[in-house]
Amino acid sequence: MERPHRVSVVGRRDVLVGAGAGLLLLALGRGALAQDAKGPPPNPYEQALDKILGSTKPSPGKITFEVPEIAENGNTVPYAVTIDSPMTSADHVKAIHVLSTQNPLSNVASFALTPLSGRAYVSSRMRLAKTQDVVVLAELSSGKFIVGQRTVKVTIGGCGG
Amino acid sequence: MSLRPRIKLPESVTPGEIIEIKTLISHIMETGQRRDKDGQPIPRKIINAFRATFEGQDVFSATLHPGTSANPYLVFNMKVPGPGELELTWVEDGGAVTTERVKLNVAA
Repeated sequence: MERPHRVSVVGRRDVLVGAGAGLLLLALGRGALAQDAKGPPPNPYEQALDKILGSTKPSPGKITFEVPEIAENGNTVPYAVTIDSPMTSADHVKAIHVLSTQNPLSNVASFALTPLSGRAYVSSRMRLAKTQDVVVLAELSSGKFIVGQRTVKVTIGGCGG
Repeated sequence: MSLRPRIKLPESVTPGEIIEIKTLISHIMETGQRRDKDGQPIPRKIINAFRATFEGQDVFSATLHPGTSANPYLVFNMKVPGPGELELTWVEDGGAVTTERVKLNVAA
């Protein structure tokens, strides 16, 4: 009879300790849930976007974003970005950012322009892992951001594998 | 680093003209995302930066990420302020720098 008794004493303590731990876990759990309520963990694209934009909100603008509708080879997808801007020291495009929404690493390239650039234009080639939207952000000398977006269908994905 | 960049400029330019500058540099642009046949990650090695200056003044620069294709090709514009020299610089991961200088053939 002694054994069950001892077990029972330990058991009661366990219950008390357990209850305390349970409350703590519940509290922690609530905290974690509260964080989850803000949204799922940011994906690489959202993180890259946040890093560029900070607290500013981009507005749709006059961005000409040329990409093929269908890219046969995701390893090298040509693109060109043109923004309607006088490119004077008072009013010019300061930067152009190209972001992929579905690549494991979102950033493609960021370009810095000056009035000496003469024209807000850049052309290069990017890697696309799969069919996805590609986003272009242009930062104006006023501090405003404008955004453009195109979908590219990718037949064979790039980025190695 | 013998990366032998290729640069294409108009043969002759006039002051005030907006010209197109095309550059291409041979480079694998290893993303750092791939693994070799033993499953070991292949370290990242890319051209991470490019810069074009004209007589010491910034014209155009680029921060490149692994999302940029191998043999990075860049096309940009410049409004020719007058005669002078264009300096183009590529920086590889690890800090190796390739620099090319080209004199602009400015018509009077």
